[in-house]
Amino acid sequence: MDRPASLLDEALSLDDGDSNNLRPWRGRVVLVEDCVETNGAFVLHHLIKRFISPNLSSSDSVVIFVAFAQPFSHYDRILRKMGCNLAVQRENKRLIFFDMLMLECPDDGVEGGIIALYGNIQKAVEVVSSLNKNVTIMIDDISLLEVAANGSTKDVLDFMHYCHTLTTQFGCTIITVIHEDIYSSGDQFTLPLQMEHLADIKIKAEPLVTGLAADVHGQLTVLNKGRSDGLGRWKSKIRNFHYRVKENSVDYFYPGGRS
Amino acid sequence: MATNKGRTSSFSRNFSAAPTSSILGLKYGPNGTIFLSSGVPDLDKILGGGFHLGSLVMIMEDTEAPHHMLLLRNFMSQGLVHNQPILYASPSTNPRAFLGTLPTTLVSKDDRSHNADAEQKDLRIAWQYKKYLGENKPHIEERDGKVEYCNEFDLRKPIEKHLIMGNRVECISLLDCSSLAGFRDSCSKFLSQLPRYDGNITSAGRIAIQSLCAPQCEYFDKDWDMLSFIRSLKSMVRSSNAVAFLTFPASLVSPSVSKRWQHLADTLLSVKAIPDEDKELANLLTGYQDMLGLLSVHKVARFNTQVPVILDATTYSIKLQKRRSLVLECLNQAPVDGSSGSSYGTSGSCSGSSKTGTLDF
Repeated sequence: MDRPASLLDEALSLDDGDSNNLRPWRGRVVLVEDCVETNGAFVLHHLIKRFISPNLSSSDSVVIFVAFAQPFSHYDRILRKMGCNLAVQRENKRLIFFDMLMLECPDDGVEGGIIALYGNIQKAVEVVSSLNKNVTIMIDDISLLEVAANGSTKDVLDFMHYCHTLTTQFGCTIITVIHEDIYSSGDQFTLPLQMEHLADIKIKAEPLVTGLAADVHGQLTVLNKGRSDGLGRWKSKIRNFHYRVKENSVDYFYPGGRS
Repeated sequence: MATNKGRTSSFSRNFSAAPTSSILGLKYGPNGTIFLSSGVPDLDKILGGGFHLGSLVMIMEDTEAPHHMLLLRNFMSQGLVHNQPILYASPSTNPRAFLGTLPTTLVSKDDRSHNADAEQKDLRIAWQYKKYLGENKPHIEERDGKVEYCNEFDLRKPIEKHLIMGNRVECISLLDCSSLAGFRDSCSKFLSQLPRYDGNITSAGRIAIQSLCAPQCEYFDKDWDMLSFIRSLKSMVRSSNAVAFLTFPASLVSPSVSKRWQHLADTLLSVKAIPDEDKELANLLTGYQDMLGLLSVHKVARFNTQVPVILDATTYSIKLQKRRSLVLECLNQAPVDGSSGSSYGTSGSCSGSSKTGTLDF
């Protein structure tokens, strides 16, 4: 790639060595946290593009997208502006899209909803992995999955743990969004805590304390828990920078570092 | 000459082709979206054109004052004026009676001067939306043509009977719904009767729900039922050409559930009454006497785009112009003494963050 990697890619270690190599990403869990004021969906769009853009040399990666928040046309239009045609990728079987907008799980009918969804995901992962391709599972978003499950946090956590087993079994990556401010009201919520525990990388989008501005849309905090380097040292890094979302890309810059 | 003429005529044809959408009370927006008017011209301008077709609009009520009803009434009246089917649900025993309180369109003798006046005001209020003003102009000039995209309403006069009788208006009392499943079916039935979107929209519908989580409803304590109702309403509306307008008293549900509601909204507004005798506030804001309340814009729907809408101001004052039409204005902060203004020093910054305090401008 010609242009220098963005701060986000750098913080996510997406540019380690060969920028097209997604190896370090295998088996990872990424958690995107956002709130009412700042939507973190743009991180997801960025990562979709990273994983299925055709100029990736390891073009053997497939994205499984589970959408609770928006219809396909919404993602398609956004990604098209970023130079990535989801409709074509879907036909090429690089994108497997689950439209879950209408998924309902009545009181005791979880079997029909979440379990069936997991079954579909597992099937898709098995098929794709047998072709020796990287799989990325994206879920947008967990808070809505919770609503679909009628508030049964236990079922949602079971679902996430099952998905997590796929990361070790097939080496796939999981990227999810959670609305963090829902759980910040003091009560003890297990869902965000367990999700944070599972996550290797946490990306938090929040507004600036001074409010929203036209040229700084918010700040990202990226906590990359990293991995043991084999010598018993634990490499973990935390990054913080501002961003500005544009139609076809996102500008990342250090606080005050905007020219 | 002939070619020249041809060119000019083709140019004007293009021009006249644009407002055809306004006949239906709809307007094309950016990113392949379509706008529908909120019934408050100023609110349309603030939101960049109106409500997105297919969006869920939520208003957080002030439990002490019925300001959300002003917005709800204008929203419904605008639908009646545009001959759009309406579904109205409220926790009252006789929701149909509410239709009698809807305001009528404002037609007065001083129409022109008033209009010019309003336009000037718009320029002052929303100069940053000049690009949208340009779009609006053809519609405004078409006054005596057909239907305007957005009308002003006279809050003192009830709407003409024939508009209520001539339109498809369904009224549902939320008190009769023991669970939300029945109400959801009514909504989906209502939406299924709307003509589907097939590239050429002929009509749009409006769903207006007043105080969904009112405590007198049977399902009041079932947080998750209400959430999944809103979620399915949102997805139903998204795939049809309608707008759902929902008001709810946010303080009646627990903070985390309230956040969930807010996340579900495509466009999120809140209204707040202002106390009559708040001396401190009266000193701080000019035109305090005329204000009815405050309207805050928390979230603006963004369909097919990832760029957030950043408004210059998030809090607007609700005023009645000549005691009859609803206008929204930016807050004008009166000059404050450096010494006496210390208490507002933290919250008085020009920030749009809702974290800084109860008031922000």
